[in-house]
Amino acid sequence: MTSPVMKTTANTTTRTTTHTTTAPVTAAIDKPRRKNPVLRTRQINLPPGARGRVALGFTAAAAEGRFALQACERCAAVQYPPREACHRCLSTELTWRDQPDGGHLVCTTTLRHSNDLFFRERLPWRLGLVRLDAGPTVMVHLHGEVGGEPGRIRVGARIDRAGMAVLIGYPEQGSAHMADDRMLREMTSDPRFRKVLVTDGKSAVGQAIVRAFVEAGADLVWVGHAEPWKKLGGLDDIGALPQVTLVPLDLTDGRSVTELAGEIAGKVDIVVNNAEVHRTFGIAARRGTDVARAEMDINYFGLLRLAQEFGPALKGRSADGLASATAWVNLLSIYALSSFPTHGTFSASKAAAYSLSQCLRAEMRPAGIRVVNVFPGPIDDDWNQHVPPPKLAPIALANAIVKALRDGVEDVYPGDVAQEWLARWRDNPKVLERELAGEG
Amino acid sequence: MNQVVDDPLASAVANTTPLLSVLVGALATGRIRVIDLTQTLTPGFPQIALPPEMGQCWPFRIEEVSRYDERGPGWYWNNFSCGEHTGTHFDAPIHWISGRDLPNNAVDTIPVARFVAPACVIDCAAASAADHDYLMTVADIERYEAEHGRIPPGAWVLMRTDWSKRLDPEAYQNFDETGQHTPGPSAEAARFLVEQRDVLGFGSEAIGTDAGQGYHLRPPYPCHYYMHGAGRYGLQCLCNLDLLPPKGAVLICPPLKIEKGSGSPLRVIALVETTA
Repeated sequence: MTSPVMKTTANTTTRTTTHTTTAPVTAAIDKPRRKNPVLRTRQINLPPGARGRVALGFTAAAAEGRFALQACERCAAVQYPPREACHRCLSTELTWRDQPDGGHLVCTTTLRHSNDLFFRERLPWRLGLVRLDAGPTVMVHLHGEVGGEPGRIRVGARIDRAGMAVLIGYPEQGSAHMADDRMLREMTSDPRFRKVLVTDGKSAVGQAIVRAFVEAGADLVWVGHAEPWKKLGGLDDIGALPQVTLVPLDLTDGRSVTELAGEIAGKVDIVVNNAEVHRTFGIAARRGTDVARAEMDINYFGLLRLAQEFGPALKGRSADGLASATAWVNLLSIYALSSFPTHGTFSASKAAAYSLSQCLRAEMRPAGIRVVNVFPGPIDDDWNQHVPPPKLAPIALANAIVKALRDGVEDVYPGDVAQEWLARWRDNPKVLERELAGEG
Repeated sequence: MNQVVDDPLASAVANTTPLLSVLVGALATGRIRVIDLTQTLTPGFPQIALPPEMGQCWPFRIEEVSRYDERGPGWYWNNFSCGEHTGTHFDAPIHWISGRDLPNNAVDTIPVARFVAPACVIDCAAASAADHDYLMTVADIERYEAEHGRIPPGAWVLMRTDWSKRLDPEAYQNFDETGQHTPGPSAEAARFLVEQRDVLGFGSEAIGTDAGQGYHLRPPYPCHYYMHGAGRYGLQCLCNLDLLPPKGAVLICPPLKIEKGSGSPLRVIALVETTA
């Protein structure tokens, strides 16, 4: 590479004024140094987070990683920013519709002063004006690899630390370390150099998640395992990875959660709560409530116990440098949206967990911690043995989680089944309910 | 005590002191010691593990209600949950299908006098250390009797294995891919104790009265099958059996009075005479 290297450290910036061919390449960030323990841990100031109801439609799409703009049903105009009515024909028949992400960079500027606390702490900050292929001209946060105007650019909607969608201008072709861009790292939750807790390393899914985080460059992965006397395959292999430390963790036991939090919560940057109990009963197929209770105890109360102990620690470290605390991932299920009656009590526990996870998201938001909810369809494991394919491979689920963190996505529906159920649920929840009752 | 007994034993021999005063006096002087045979109830103590498709015994779990805080400013207390067969626990005959139709077969209806009884401790510690699947044999029992005399009717027989010294739950449970490997009685020994010695019950240090591989014996789980089928009891997850004499200890082990209960966690204590 002959291109100049763009330093990503503070107070240094490159302002290119000519062509995209001279775009700087993002330098890979180094492993953050140990912090000076006599200095106060910086607390977060959130970026501006006020949005009107209409504008939240933009955030809703971005939460899934989609770039959607308001399109007029009457005159087909596409507009931004969001409004109550079409800017061209005043029709109120506006639909959020996915848009092509290409555009032309019109001009760029570098912010060197801001009275907004979030940007003030992150100056200089580069912005650009982009004429979208979809129509509107929009202001974007610029990735460091985007050269000066004029030039082609990709635009994406991302959820910022305040939980609101913002527009980001990407280079058409990024370099190997483009994820290390200083601005992008603020907008996403990249696992690189971060310390991760995976709550259950005994399941195939848990082990796939651990490997995916190790591959993604996580600094350290703590892997919880309950009931150590129950031998299940694969845990020894996971434990042998140099980044991995096995830790006793049983989400049914408040003391176990408290003890682990006391030991490591102050260092955890990403929590991945994948521990779950899944049995395949409805109401009549199993006498008693013990199975439903076991599901609820892990899937719902387990999340509650974990969030009470680890949540405050993550919130306190959400602005702690390049590898700050950043995200909380909950493994839910597409059945959380609508009951799959043959897995009825499991569905109910996941619906409860989904509701609690929304509460967690609201409580983590003031600290800028992203709560990511993952809604897989049937996973290819023992408890879905009788469910016909397609089933989600554990590794596919794990990769979807890492991708969501890298992309700054909040709601993940990995796999064909989840996508299809989501579409049916969006189209008409009542129809889906009746269809699922039939499948039982 | 308001009244000091000078020499209770001498007065008892002279039939001038009530027996219980003798006991109280002996306890006060340390002539009789009380030994705790109970594991502490803690969330980390393992529970019986069955295949996941079966119903499961709850482990011990505990949550604070308040601790001199905003939830209760002047007091500390907890809620706990567990199964009837969690921690050091008692098995009633109704626990097993072979004892399900016997009279007084549940913890609430067993005559309370049964909860105080002598104990014979058969030392299988060395054999169990050498073989985790060790099965106590009739020969082991006969060897014990040759040294310590015949097991009296109505006594507990406790199998000392020192298994309770395995403080790490993983070592205590001792699972591999073929299941659990813990010592217990052979089918013949269990049957012999019931039919030939009329014991009150059988006690063990491991998580069950039967060996870890007891499912593969004939009949499966022979100690449960024979003991409970004959209205006898079980004690498991005992500890400190190494502090008991081979004979002469008295166990006090009343389970909780749970209606139609199949068993219960309990405090097991032993009265032991010190040899002065």
